[in-house]
Amino acid sequence: MSIIIHKNTKILVQGFTGKIGSFHAEEMIKYGSNLVGGVTPGKGGMTHLNLPVFNTVKEAVDQTGASTSILFVPPAFAADSAMEAADAGIKTCVAITDGIPSHDMVKIKRYMRRYPKDKKMGLVGPNCAGIISPGKSMLGIMPGHIYKEGKIGIVSRSGTLGYEAAQQLKDLEIGVSTSVGIGGDPINGSSFRDIIEKFENDDETIAVLMIGEIGGPQEVEAGQFAKENMSKPVIAYIAGLTAPKGRVMGHAGAIVSAYGESAIEKVELLKECGVTISKNPSVMGETVKKVLVENNLN
Amino acid sequence: MDIHEYQAKKILSDFGVKIPTGGIVYSPENAENKAREIGGSKWVVKAQVHSGARGKAGGIIICNSPLEVADATDKLLGKKLITNQTGPEGKIINRIYIEEATDIKHELYLGLVFDRSSESIMVVASTEGGMSVEEISKEKPETIIRSKIEVAVGIQQFQAREIAFGLGIESKLISRAANTIIGCYKAFSELDATMVEVNPLVVSQQDEILALDCKMSFDNNAMFRREEIAELRDKTQENSNEVYASDRGMNYVSLDGNIGNIINGAGLAMASMDMIKLAGGEPANFLDVGGGATPEKIVKAFKLISMDTKVKVILVNIFAGINRCDWVAEGIVQALSKIEIKHPLVIRLAGTNVEKGNEILKKSNINYIEASTLEDAANKAVKALG
Repeated sequence: MSIIIHKNTKILVQGFTGKIGSFHAEEMIKYGSNLVGGVTPGKGGMTHLNLPVFNTVKEAVDQTGASTSILFVPPAFAADSAMEAADAGIKTCVAITDGIPSHDMVKIKRYMRRYPKDKKMGLVGPNCAGIISPGKSMLGIMPGHIYKEGKIGIVSRSGTLGYEAAQQLKDLEIGVSTSVGIGGDPINGSSFRDIIEKFENDDETIAVLMIGEIGGPQEVEAGQFAKENMSKPVIAYIAGLTAPKGRVMGHAGAIVSAYGESAIEKVELLKECGVTISKNPSVMGETVKKVLVENNLN
Repeated sequence: MDIHEYQAKKILSDFGVKIPTGGIVYSPENAENKAREIGGSKWVVKAQVHSGARGKAGGIIICNSPLEVADATDKLLGKKLITNQTGPEGKIINRIYIEEATDIKHELYLGLVFDRSSESIMVVASTEGGMSVEEISKEKPETIIRSKIEVAVGIQQFQAREIAFGLGIESKLISRAANTIIGCYKAFSELDATMVEVNPLVVSQQDEILALDCKMSFDNNAMFRREEIAELRDKTQENSNEVYASDRGMNYVSLDGNIGNIINGAGLAMASMDMIKLAGGEPANFLDVGGGATPEKIVKAFKLISMDTKVKVILVNIFAGINRCDWVAEGIVQALSKIEIKHPLVIRLAGTNVEKGNEILKKSNINYIEASTLEDAANKAVKALG
């Protein structure tokens, strides 16, 4: 099995008829993802890319049985759309949108708390590349062909750095079970810890590559979780060794403001948790390979 | 986005926080009149630059007559203030804030930030006002009070009271202090702030609770609904290349090295900077042209890098996903036909259609060094420095 999305996962596109939504919906269909429809308020009843368009997520879920959605809605309306998905019974929502205000993210997360655990939506992103389970389904904006089907779980804040890792693995003929982009924002839906826990529980995944960067506590929290709860090896690379303190490096969340948030501090703390560090971004693939050999997993 | 002290204090005062009487001036003559208008016998002349630690850098001057106020204003206006936060180039002083002096009894610290672990708003307070929060947490960590505020319901009276009592404020002033804390919280939560810092917050000899200095930062992502805040932006306080970049939808941070970078994706950009450092070089900038890296963006990026006089070598590292290397290569060729680049240029393309992309570059007449991996690119860029 892969995590979160599988061959038959039924997918809705929120912000379906817009330029960006249309473009990526087509790419996902080409990859073989099971798109069942889309939502654009006011355009219900239309057909777009040979799929039905609905006015509300509730209607779309009722009529298609979709469990998963991908969100391309502009920042000003994205929080509203994510909450609508949560209320309609969507199980996983991937928010691609870049530029959602932090105050809105806090609001979405509080809103989702009203549902009991078995009915609570999992949010991935925002400002992320999405999720791909190679050979099965793509719920994102990544170039699907750089991912080889296999057994390594990838979780990354950065999109392009996740691609870099997938390409390096492919060059070494190592495949990926699922790759998840959790996004570069300071407040996000799923944390590193949330995702590596899913990989730990996934039969198909044998090791996890975590690609972090400066800012925030999530990499170290994941390291502590791995130390206490994981049987599978974790390999990590942390970007931003040269980033100056107090400056935002592209991603709104990439800012060093407290102890343990710089790349060097994160590397040290992760090492203490037994995580193998890829010392630079060009050896992420090699480091995974080395760990697989050491653990007789290759 | 940062704003000036006087703007932040005006906002606080709109939310019921008391501030000393003051006004903004742009000339010494103006300053003298403002001092008379404010009245009293002692004034503080404060350089308005986007930085803390202005006092130590000579940016805050206490004056005993309106003439002294005029002189102090004359001394500061148009100068660059160099603090331990501005970097060696300093920041230009274009505005002066004149304020009545306050008789201080106690100096306190009050700050509000997002707490990323609990995803709530954190109020941080200390009895050691006047020091930076970093200094307080190093030297007097026992004085720090932290209170997590549940954003769905906002700050409650009791929470504000607890903080006020924790700061040792006299009983008769507790409700005044609590209202000050609530005012700061409201400013934070209602205006999409990411940081509000009142340092110092003071108790005056007259038993008033006053915000003597204030720094505020706002969420750039929320500016579409905060026009009144967006209008407060002062571009003279920002690096001119960074302003150029942000006005054109690029993420750029100026750094001290000499290898200029053009990269798509923030993570890849940080990783490339790390590789340059490992190869023995220093990046001149962080630049993320965005995941898309359209030809138009590439042209703008080359323009931006060529504006930086520190740059001696340019490194382009693009991982093409949806957008394809051949398309990116065409963008590079197009850019270099418009802009003359005198420095060595290292290009690494990866991802979709990489062979086609490299072929386009080779067939063009641009002079460049081809690189295959991240590591190769960084090594070649450092080597090209000579």
